[in-house]
Amino acid sequence: MRLPLAWLARELDFDADAHRIAETLTRLGLEVEAIDDPAEALRPFRIARVIEAAPHPGANRLKLLRVDAGLGEPIPVVCGAPNAREGLVGVFAPPGARIPATGQVLGVATIRGVESRGMMCSARELGVGDDHDGIVELPADAPVGAPWARWAGLDTPVLDLAITPNRADCLSVRGIARDLAAAGLGRLRPLVVPELPPGPPCPLPVRIEDPDGCPAFFARALLGARNGPSPAWLQTLLCQAGLRPISALVDVTNYMTIAYGRPLHVYDLATLDGELVARRARAGERLEALDGRSYALDPDVCVIADRRAVHDIGGIMGGRDSGVGERTTDVLIEAAWFSPARIGAAGRRLGIVSEARLRFERGVDPEFVDPGLTLAAHLMRELAGGVVSEAVRAGAPPVARRSIPFAPEAVRRLAGLDVPPARQREILEALGFSLAAGEVRPPSFRRDIEGPADLVAEIVRIEGLERVPAAPLPRAPGVARPVATPTQRIERVVRRALAACGLAEAITWSFVAEAQAQAFGGATCRLLNPLSAELAVMRPSLLPGLVAAAQRNLARAAPGVALFEIGRRYRAEGERLTAALVLAGELSPRDWRRGPARQASAFDAKAATLAALEAWGLSATEVTTVEGGLPEHFHPGRSVRLVRDGVTLAELGELHPTLAQAHDLPATAVAELFLDAWPAPARERPAYAPSPFQPLVRDFAFLVPQGLPAERLVRAVAAADPDLVVEVRLFDRFTGPGVPEGEVSLALSVRLQPRTHTLTEAELDAFRARVEAAAASVGARLRA
Amino acid sequence: MTDAASAAEALRLRLSAAIAAARTLEELEAVRVRALGRAGEVTALLKTLGALAPDERRVRAPVYQRLRDELTSALEARKAVLEREALARRLVAEREDLSLPAEPPRPGTLHPVTRVVEELLEIFADLGFAMAEGPEIEDDWHNFTALNIPPEHPARAMHDTFYLTDGRLLRTHTSPVQIRTMTATAPPIRIVAPGRVYRADSDATHTPMFHQVEGLVVDRDVHLGHLRWTLETFVKAFFEVEAVTLRFRPSFFPFTEPSVEVDVGCRREGGRLVIGGEGQWLEILGAGMVHPRVLANCGIDPERWQGFAFGCGIDRLAMLKYGMTDLRAFFDADLRWLAHFGFSALRAPSLALGLSA
Repeated sequence: MRLPLAWLARELDFDADAHRIAETLTRLGLEVEAIDDPAEALRPFRIARVIEAAPHPGANRLKLLRVDAGLGEPIPVVCGAPNAREGLVGVFAPPGARIPATGQVLGVATIRGVESRGMMCSARELGVGDDHDGIVELPADAPVGAPWARWAGLDTPVLDLAITPNRADCLSVRGIARDLAAAGLGRLRPLVVPELPPGPPCPLPVRIEDPDGCPAFFARALLGARNGPSPAWLQTLLCQAGLRPISALVDVTNYMTIAYGRPLHVYDLATLDGELVARRARAGERLEALDGRSYALDPDVCVIADRRAVHDIGGIMGGRDSGVGERTTDVLIEAAWFSPARIGAAGRRLGIVSEARLRFERGVDPEFVDPGLTLAAHLMRELAGGVVSEAVRAGAPPVARRSIPFAPEAVRRLAGLDVPPARQREILEALGFSLAAGEVRPPSFRRDIEGPADLVAEIVRIEGLERVPAAPLPRAPGVARPVATPTQRIERVVRRALAACGLAEAITWSFVAEAQAQAFGGATCRLLNPLSAELAVMRPSLLPGLVAAAQRNLARAAPGVALFEIGRRYRAEGERLTAALVLAGELSPRDWRRGPARQASAFDAKAATLAALEAWGLSATEVTTVEGGLPEHFHPGRSVRLVRDGVTLAELGELHPTLAQAHDLPATAVAELFLDAWPAPARERPAYAPSPFQPLVRDFAFLVPQGLPAERLVRAVAAADPDLVVEVRLFDRFTGPGVPEGEVSLALSVRLQPRTHTLTEAELDAFRARVEAAAASVGARLRA
Repeated sequence: MTDAASAAEALRLRLSAAIAAARTLEELEAVRVRALGRAGEVTALLKTLGALAPDERRVRAPVYQRLRDELTSALEARKAVLEREALARRLVAEREDLSLPAEPPRPGTLHPVTRVVEELLEIFADLGFAMAEGPEIEDDWHNFTALNIPPEHPARAMHDTFYLTDGRLLRTHTSPVQIRTMTATAPPIRIVAPGRVYRADSDATHTPMFHQVEGLVVDRDVHLGHLRWTLETFVKAFFEVEAVTLRFRPSFFPFTEPSVEVDVGCRREGGRLVIGGEGQWLEILGAGMVHPRVLANCGIDPERWQGFAFGCGIDRLAMLKYGMTDLRAFFDADLRWLAHFGFSALRAPSLALGLSA
């Protein structure tokens, strides 16, 4: 909402400057986003008289003017305006001035060989109207040489306000003025709605067929008017408020909208055929609207129509064909009350943003329908002459009589602020509330006031929020207790474990492209209104975002990528906590000790996953690697699930080569950790019981069939004597000379911990035999 | 001097000279074997004692034993010298150029949003707030209706909501967690709830996904003054600036009444925004007293209970505290950005060490 201070002065008697007003408004909850002070920008523009208009020697359509701008010497100006003529008084812009409409800074120009030292401006160029057919013509007695903006009253500040949706009343200058007056900044001027003399009956009846959309439809006619430009004061105010002056009759409707939040519509009576009806639009009906666009209507939209056609999208925008023009003499003035919900729905459906919709959608004052109509008719008659008819009225605006118990102690209770009851009463009355018999009645224009909490809010904002003293929240005795959720616990551990493995935490979009989701399991949650096809479905996995991130980073010449993310994956069964990682390219660079660069492999993904599991408190020996049963985005021969008690805790492996190629990635390792499935670790450690006996380490080399998962051999050996074996490590894997075709040599280091006595040679021999037997059970034999 | 004594002396001189002449430990060992080994010359002399008459033995034994002891000492002394020399040579030979690079394992980083959430948790845990969570895919009732935003309410236009094809929506704020908490737990309530939220908005300062933290306190007599204290305490702790000024402005949210917007005072120093003072105001959060209808919607009697709620953008807090200027970079996973603005996993924020220690 643009609030010209010149306009404010019509409703409020004040002497504060723009900054104090802005500060007060912000304190009141009417946030001032900008103070627009045009005085500086408009200062160079001067009132000037054309003292000579000669043809341009080099161009038929141009004229060579000599202009008196009160600066001494006449100034040469080349001008193409058809109305440029000797004696015309207009607005002169010297070189250096910035043209408001275009932002262009004027220079000295040579046009077709003739120097031009400035410009005579059109209304559109000055931002004060739509006319660009010729230059502005001011009254002949306008003071030549004087600053134009000051003469026109355009150099006063304008505040730009962000009005919250609850304050429909402050979408009007008067509403804002009322708040300022209540805050002690100025005095609200009385609003006088004049008595109209008796007039002829309204020539056209009005009727309501859609009382849900339009509960009240009032109208008066103005007959025999002369519609011309509105007076300068009105044009100036409208310009400052950001509206285009059009004609006296239309300008009055806009004046009523801005000044009182009371949108109106005027129809050219000559274009109407029969009674005007507020009804639901019929399927297939259209309206050529005042904005020049054509709208397809449907029965959810409330329209104003005559026998023949729709003339107005009720409370949103009028039609072109029944619009008021220069030659209009008889008009019908409509003042209605449209249902906010219906206006909102229709406005959104049709995509129309208008001053009228903005106000009707939030609810206009139901008690100001009739007074608003009278005031508008009065103003129109004043500006355009003519006779005002009697009113015709259909329906009645829904005036809800609300009353709220006056409970002065509520301010203390809810806001912690002491405001004496008398002061509370004073504030409420200044805001238009009435108090009687222990009850508060909100004014009809404050539809947002419903209960005691709303009264507290009003009193506190006028009294000043800054006066609410800080009050410490009571502290529970003792030390703060742990408060993290189970999710936060596991997130924090896994995140630190993965970062410690050298991965950088990323956050990627929760939504991905349909095709991306398709490649990683398929989306089950789709957006109805995505911002773009790239962000169209909820990710079924965290991997598509990370894989795309890996691609972007490698494209930026990162030698390698190690990223992880913790977030939710969105599946049909719900949104589930997940960690995922991607490793691509170099994990460590070539090095004089370690040799060539280490490229990411599935084993790095496995190591990081196990590090996270171990950090969470689950032992790597508790999980089994299971081949198969993985989604298709994995390399089928290089991927496994980590399973514990039949539950898949993670999937890891190499990204399917086709997908890697599609993302311009080298062999890429990925893992997805289903944190929602991770069991809580045992909290108790077993008792500490170190053995007094020396541990022993024995190495075994086995030949196993190729294709036997090594983990099965390791587990078999560990199970050979669970009381004795504390660790089995596979430390070598070999194929080649000495190993038969189709077999692999696996070397294990087994650590034994005797508990009761030092092992005898006989016991060691028996152990070796058990290991051999266990290995044989999975198809392994001791290597000779 | 007897013959035996002079012979022993001659032997001593000869062997001592050999010991002194040994240049290596191996040469020295050869001398020891020659002297004291199983077939050594001194060993041979000592062996003759057994066959002698007692008187003669009494005379010769001390002489031979002294000879053995003297040579043993000389061997050890010489051995120590030779070992020292050998060690010195080895040390010289073993020199390594430790100026060669030895890169430590490169640890990863944590995202600044994670960092800020952890800092918030530290602060609010100390203030007695429990943590809460809720789904990101919400239903209309939790995200709007229960929060006093009926379907036709203009406030819905303030939220550019992403809807799913099945009628559900992506939560536009963390406020539905208020509803889920209040419907599940009886007051008194003190929670904060961080999480992802979504709005159909994308420009230089808005991303369609961002992070918020919600706070909710419901009790018998908490009021706007407690809200002010809580937010002041939180902002001071978070920005680690004692001289923080907050400005409360009346505002409007359907789910609170009175509603306030909160600005933090800040100033520009050398092109950087610094929190503190009153030079400029920067909006950081919205808050208010929980609307009685919201309490009632959750089955809490607004006549007996009241409370406050606040919601704050986490990404924005991170930008203000750690100096990022582009919100979009938060979600781009650019390794350069993550390395620059990320945090070590080893340095968790704590009240004992200081939040950003």
